[in-house]
Amino acid sequence: MTALDPAEIARIFRAEYGRAVASLVRLLGDIDLAEEAVQEAFTAAVQRWPSTGLPPSPAGWIITTGRNWAINWLRRESSRGYRHAQAALVHAGTDASFRNPAEMDDEVSPVYDDRLRLIFTCCHPALAPAVQTALTLRLLGGLETAEIARAFMVPEATMAQRLVRAKAKIKAAKIPYRVPGEAELPDRLRPVLAVLYLIFNEGYEASSGAALVREDLCAEAIRLARLLADLMPDEPEVLGLLALLLLIQARRPARTGPNGELVLLADQDRTRWDRALIAEGQDLVRACLRRNQPGPYQIQAAINAVHADAPTAADTDWRQILALYDQLMAVAPTPVVALNRAVALAEVAGPGPALAAVDALDLKRYHLYHATRADLLRRLGRREEASIAYDEALRLTGNAAERAFLQRRRDDTARGR
Amino acid sequence: MSSGRPGTGPEGEGLTVAQYLLSVHMIEGEPAPAPEVMEQAYRDVDAFNKELQASGAWVFAGGLHPPTTATVVRYQDGDVVTTDGPFAETKEHLGGFWVVKAPDLDAALALAGRASRACQRPVEVRPFQDVPED
Repeated sequence: MTALDPAEIARIFRAEYGRAVASLVRLLGDIDLAEEAVQEAFTAAVQRWPSTGLPPSPAGWIITTGRNWAINWLRRESSRGYRHAQAALVHAGTDASFRNPAEMDDEVSPVYDDRLRLIFTCCHPALAPAVQTALTLRLLGGLETAEIARAFMVPEATMAQRLVRAKAKIKAAKIPYRVPGEAELPDRLRPVLAVLYLIFNEGYEASSGAALVREDLCAEAIRLARLLADLMPDEPEVLGLLALLLLIQARRPARTGPNGELVLLADQDRTRWDRALIAEGQDLVRACLRRNQPGPYQIQAAINAVHADAPTAADTDWRQILALYDQLMAVAPTPVVALNRAVALAEVAGPGPALAAVDALDLKRYHLYHATRADLLRRLGRREEASIAYDEALRLTGNAAERAFLQRRRDDTARGR
Repeated sequence: MSSGRPGTGPEGEGLTVAQYLLSVHMIEGEPAPAPEVMEQAYRDVDAFNKELQASGAWVFAGGLHPPTTATVVRYQDGDVVTTDGPFAETKEHLGGFWVVKAPDLDAALALAGRASRACQRPVEVRPFQDVPED
């Protein structure tokens, strides 16, 4: 048995944070109070757990202990005549208070898992995407404000203020704490999926800084996507997103070389791909295909499943991939999708038609637009133009590993390799 | 706990209804819509107002004369000073507004969506600090 030292208790609290906060928000009707209650429960756990041992349901224990603390606090406040504390106390159901923590599993919700409510509140369209992301990581992921600030390269004070403002807006504007009804669900699910994808992408493709992959963000995004897939197993796009993240994550061990340099898909050592993640992702893709309700995440997952199927880069079924990109263009016609489609087109029809497709795009501020053009020009033997395009790509990217890769390619092109 | 008072959840007694300001902002120098577009907007806003009143969400609403008609009154050092308005020299001005009752933001946003469709302008939604007790 693992010793219940404060570090181990902190790990348990982090794993259970989302569940505990989500239930306490429902029971107490207030996010700040719920977070405070979990913090108080942590202090109590550090004192008690080393001697009592781990409770049978740590989440239930945290929720009960936090709730009892909050009710005591509210009683003190309301006895001082605070109307709002009195109202919240009614909400918290004082008559049923001080139950034995061992009986408390019924607090872990009836119809919906409370975490589903919390995800929809954090990703409410009335909150800006950067705010949705930060709130989701804080409240559902249990990340500290400082960790979120580091992950998104903003000062901690900025991130703290962003979170405080967001919680104040949720309270003042009464952003509801519920799972949207059937009719609103497609619109409301979109920002939820976008936030999880953004968290993953920020981890995978760190926009600046030295480390190409900030693994903790990728892991957190996958954990949250798994949770969402557990909670909403009938939403094909939720499964599609999870599959997409798993299939991209599977290539992570092969994506960087011994010195942290970027290795392109075509040059990756495929024996280093994570076969377990690929199998899980491909199973999900197959389940999505059976449902036949395609959406952007499912199609992107299918594209990655085709890559995962090829034992070597030369075995890649590019016609299949091009057909999937055509499908993706039909449901999500963005310039970035068109750029990726052009990469597949180059493999099927050659770099000439692909370059024509790329040149038609309005993406001049996107470094991968210039990197793709540079590669196509290089393959067409137009070395000088290729060098200029590499320079432009270099000018637009801050990620050290990507810069090193582009610089290497540019130098090779200039030397005529 | 130092940070403010606890809020009320969905079942908080007596405080379930909030009030929201739905405001319509005009931008100075924007070309005015064609007369038939304006007339349609007036008709649609009228119909929307009647629906609001029938549903009980209505508190108050009105359209404003242009900011050139505004006057600013300021109490200062024991005197009341009156100046030609508006208060802020900005390009955006409040053109009109609704005050509505709604159980939560989603309900207020749904009303704002219908308001925006009726008046054919963007609508800003802001919660009031406290609901006066009836």
